[in-house]
Amino acid sequence: MPEWPLWEVFIRSQHGLAHKHVGSLHASDAAMAMQAARNLYTRRAEGVSIWVVETGRIHASSPDDKEILFEPANDKPYRHPTFFPMPDGVKNL
Amino acid sequence: MYAQLVDTGETRVRGAEEMSAEEQAFQSRLDAGVKIEPRDWMPDPYRRTLVRQISQHAHSEVVGMLPEGNWITRAPSLKRKAILLAKVQDEGGHGMYLYSAAETLGASRDQMLDDLVAGRAKYSSIFNYPTLTWADIGAIGWLVDGAAIINQIPLCRCSYGPYARAMVRICKEESFHQRQGYDIMLALARGTAAQKAMAQDALNRWWWPAVMMHGPSDEASVHSAQSMQWKIKIHSNDELRQKFIDQTVPQADFLGLTVPDPALKWNEARGHYDIGPIDWDEFYAVIKGNGPCNRDRLKTRAQAWADGAWVREAAAAHAARTAQAAQPDLPQPSATQEP
Repeated sequence: MPEWPLWEVFIRSQHGLAHKHVGSLHASDAAMAMQAARNLYTRRAEGVSIWVVETGRIHASSPDDKEILFEPANDKPYRHPTFFPMPDGVKNL
Repeated sequence: MYAQLVDTGETRVRGAEEMSAEEQAFQSRLDAGVKIEPRDWMPDPYRRTLVRQISQHAHSEVVGMLPEGNWITRAPSLKRKAILLAKVQDEGGHGMYLYSAAETLGASRDQMLDDLVAGRAKYSSIFNYPTLTWADIGAIGWLVDGAAIINQIPLCRCSYGPYARAMVRICKEESFHQRQGYDIMLALARGTAAQKAMAQDALNRWWWPAVMMHGPSDEASVHSAQSMQWKIKIHSNDELRQKFIDQTVPQADFLGLTVPDPALKWNEARGHYDIGPIDWDEFYAVIKGNGPCNRDRLKTRAQAWADGAWVREAAAAHAARTAQAAQPDLPQPSATQEP
């Protein structure tokens, strides 16, 4: 019998933060994945909402594309407010 | 520890000049403290060693449920029973976190489970000892989980991201395990003479197996040196063992129990306890499958896996039928790896 598919689990804690990846599990369908995620990742009130996503449905960037994707941000320091020194005496800016 | 005598497949640790350019770049990332993630390039021996170490660790968590599960129906009160049930459920959870981490390296869950029940995979020596009395449940939480914490906290900083993250979750839960064990020992030590004798008997039987958990001295081990270079082992076995002994002996003193080692003595000059000789023949016998409960543990695991076969088949059939009914054109979902 083939293995049950793998699912990625995302939990939103109660402090108003976004869902965060917490791990993965095997389950035969979404209902079982949800039940297993609840048992496996929220035994100590870690969250108030669960997402389960079949791992195969996630499209991830490749480590080989790191430069092409993320390097361009490094030569645009003007996107950060600290790029613009403010003279002493200017307030609330 | 939970992974003992992990073989790296290497015969010696190579210097930078003997490495390929890729290996050199990999090692310098490790040396700079960069975490390795599933889709990053890594040398095959690093991958194989991690699979071996993480799967052994997972097997230990899963087999570790058996000695304690033995007492769930016989816990002395409803409160103790509920606590033990929660603790054993945590151990199952730890096994699941770790199997998932191993799968990110390309290992298959079914293959790992097969290797365990077929006796091809190792798990920690400690779980091959019997739990004869209720005090053994106290001694396991206090000593076995105590020794495990000392090993696992440094692993939260290991070089492989998914393993390190699994260890962070595990360590958060482990402290409850150790405290509930010590709480059982406290209750017995403060109880009747018979209860105190039961606690002492448990300490007598679990002390040396717990001291052996960290494994034999590995100061001269190639595998250990290689694992340290890869940052999947942070401290030597002897360092971890000494830390365990130094923190546990005063806890035994507080209980009014005697550590079963006549040579145990505080060494003022070293600032550590000295201990008597460890019977490594016993350790190797247990690791090779000849401990008191090895056959029983594997038989129980294999039986549980076989008994669950109809559930796995029924769930898969149900999932296939509901998916088909919802979307007749949808291909059947298949097992895939984490991106």
